[in-house]
Amino acid sequence: MNRIHYKGLGDTIIDIVVYVSLIFLIIVTLYPFLNTLAVSFNDALDSSRGGIYLWPRKFSLYNYKSLLDRKQIFHASLVSVGRTVLSTLFCTFSTAMVAYTISRKDFVLRKLVSFIYVLTMYIDGGLVPTYFLIRSLGLTNNFWVYVLPGLVSAFNLIVVRTYINGLPDSLTESARVDGAGEFLIFWKIVLPLCKPVLATIALFVAVDNWNAWFDTFLYNSANAQLSTLQYELMKVLQSANTMTGSLLQALSRAAAGTSNTITPRAIRATMTVIVTVPIVIVYPFLQKYFVHGLTLGGVKE
Amino acid sequence: MNTSITLPRRHNKLWDKIKRQKALILMSVPFLVHIIIFKYVPIWGWLMAFQNYWPGKGLFQQTWVGFENFRLLFKDVVFYQVLRNTLAMSIIKLVMGTVASIALALAINEVRAVKFKKTAQTISYLPHFISWVVAANLVRDALSTDGGIINQVLMSLRIIKEPIMFLGIPKMFWWIIGISHVWKEVGWGAIIYLAAIAGIDPALYEAAVIDGAGRLKQMWYITLPSIRPTISILLIMNMGYLMSSGFEQQYLLQNGRVIDYARVFAIYELDYGIKMMRYSFATAVGIFKSVVSLILVFAANQIAKRWGQEGLM
Repeated sequence: MNRIHYKGLGDTIIDIVVYVSLIFLIIVTLYPFLNTLAVSFNDALDSSRGGIYLWPRKFSLYNYKSLLDRKQIFHASLVSVGRTVLSTLFCTFSTAMVAYTISRKDFVLRKLVSFIYVLTMYIDGGLVPTYFLIRSLGLTNNFWVYVLPGLVSAFNLIVVRTYINGLPDSLTESARVDGAGEFLIFWKIVLPLCKPVLATIALFVAVDNWNAWFDTFLYNSANAQLSTLQYELMKVLQSANTMTGSLLQALSRAAAGTSNTITPRAIRATMTVIVTVPIVIVYPFLQKYFVHGLTLGGVKE
Repeated sequence: MNTSITLPRRHNKLWDKIKRQKALILMSVPFLVHIIIFKYVPIWGWLMAFQNYWPGKGLFQQTWVGFENFRLLFKDVVFYQVLRNTLAMSIIKLVMGTVASIALALAINEVRAVKFKKTAQTISYLPHFISWVVAANLVRDALSTDGGIINQVLMSLRIIKEPIMFLGIPKMFWWIIGISHVWKEVGWGAIIYLAAIAGIDPALYEAAVIDGAGRLKQMWYITLPSIRPTISILLIMNMGYLMSSGFEQQYLLQNGRVIDYARVFAIYELDYGIKMMRYSFATAVGIFKSVVSLILVFAANQIAKRWGQEGLM
């Protein structure tokens, strides 16, 4: 925006207020992360003396070593990665396919399909009926409960459909004249053209899946093989500052024979870092796409 | 006479169309079945609220109790506590979140150093993408009595003499929820206002400058009035979500000491329903919440439409 500036005392005060408050925001946002990072790399016993702020005082990798050595944590990270990758692939493909069909103006079921999806944005069966449904489908204590229920969401569907509607018809028209089937047109022409919007929803689905813990808690908590990283972190958090959690007990037992110690705070910090790092890695990509995704989401029928 | 001829032909046409669009149907109908199973079948389960549901028996072999579960619900003091907590936290989050996001958008808009602007924005969005599990961890650490940064700062400023156990004070819980919500979502919330600000006609500012308006006056008389429609539409739309004040945040930050102020609908359903195996009661809670939410969403849409804005539906 090209604004003509009138430099006066008032404007200088505004500059000061703006910069000070933004710097305050940056500090308040980053400090908890940096502090946690410092604690995770600091010797656990030393941390409990307090005074760790932005940098480790007694550098140690023992926190990471002891956590990553646990089969439970290693396995949970595999499950987290697995659910994230599979959900992202399935969701993106399915959403694109359904969106393509309802973008076709002459499709007989266009209105019906759109209506049934849009209505799901307003109704909610609730916790208990959904739980019983999942159970009767045999999806409790089952990995696929992470992937199947959320396959196509109404919001993502609208976003992709809006994008496809914006593509010129001529692109698919010639293929249709040449006698290409609908699936072929979708696969060869529409899907590649939708890359930007699909990247947007893929990233959102990936982040949502990586961050989810409630489905593990509700449906898969009886099976340790299906635990996810977020759920493990949540359990550590819930056992708060006591050594009651099974993971905490196991870790302190493992540390007992060595010169190392482990504390609940150190475990929480280290787990937090492990869980957050993947988000930070995809963050530049996320940032590239999310503003785009938000503006697309605002476009309604 | 005409109709008797066109009807069968129309029917044939439709049938032809279906046959022609076999591929499109195959590409969408499996997902239609999927969404019906996962989103609509649970609504069928609402029948449970009118029964004394016991797992192991079919839905129609249960004892029917009519509105008994709803009667119990409306008689329960805890229900009114849950309703109060939900509405209070929703409103606190909505007001604090909106004010903070608008303030941030205005501040970012005043920055002309491009690099600093980009950095501030990038950092402010980051917490939106982390899970509440992580965020709750960070909040607990920051508020801890054992070297938590908030207590440290307050003590070094001599505002307090000894650490305060913030998360143990019932009256403070709502505000902790509000402030941690702002911490996590302020940057994300500001995006939409920044987009609205970007759409303001620069000629308005030029005219204001000629009239001698400083930046504060430009903000007050041009920027804020120009984004007012965006602010009101977002406020109204969010009214529809008053019954869902979030769940993860409260669940992960609560503890026994503050539970009377932390309990929201989902926690109520879990603790007073599922954990006590009162499945029918928990379903009744869910129905109450869903129905009221639905009414609020539609009311919000109607109000928004009356305001001359496009609603969600």
